[in-house]
Amino acid sequence: MTRTLTMSIMDPPYETATSTTAMRVIDAALRKGINVNVFAYEGAVSLTFKDQKPHPNPVHGTTVEEEKHPTTKDLVAGLFDLAREKAVKLDWINCGMCVDERGAGNWIEGPRRGGPPDLHKWVQESDQTVVIPTK
Amino acid sequence: MGDYVLVESRDPFESGDAPYFFKLAGDLAARGEKVTLFLVQNAVLAVRKGAKENSIAAAIDRGVEVMADSFSLRERGVLATERRAGVRLAEIGDLVDQMMADGVPKVLWH
Repeated sequence: MTRTLTMSIMDPPYETATSTTAMRVIDAALRKGINVNVFAYEGAVSLTFKDQKPHPNPVHGTTVEEEKHPTTKDLVAGLFDLAREKAVKLDWINCGMCVDERGAGNWIEGPRRGGPPDLHKWVQESDQTVVIPTK
Repeated sequence: MGDYVLVESRDPFESGDAPYFFKLAGDLAARGEKVTLFLVQNAVLAVRKGAKENSIAAAIDRGVEVMADSFSLRERGVLATERRAGVRLAEIGDLVDQMMADGVPKVLWH
């Protein structure tokens, strides 16, 4: 039977190394055939914000292509691709109230809107729940 | 009795909480619990041989399995040979294995 890991994350994109670590954990779990639930709340709802754009670096004199600036929305999209490839489930909920506060409702394909009751349900159903706090 | 996975992400030389977290790991192990302390991000700075004492050695002595994320070490230019004895190099997948192990360990992330 496929096991399930639930994670809650709240750090916004481009602020701390925590976002990278969380995505590494999700990536590793999916590769191990583990279903992953992600409850993104507070600033983390912007991880999947569709309007993110890579940029050049005028200080270094590099173009967009040369800079290869990774966006978190593309990293998350890659996680959804990986889940499909591995035939496991990645379920990603963006906290609705947190989204509305930030006007961050335009997100990539994959995540869905939800709230704390969804997290409560996941906690009850999952094999493990990990809460990654912010500083 | 239970299994614990403690994940420390903060630099013990910046966050006063981190050494307390290491001590918590040691205290749990001293009570007979199976404890894994996984260091990631700036927390891996604690495992350098030359680092000022920060409770990591005490945690190891008390039976805590200490693992340091190799990716975080590489990012910070810390060579594997620079880590103190008793610290195991680990990948992020090892953390997933620890968290999803049989018996459902309690996971604390700091």
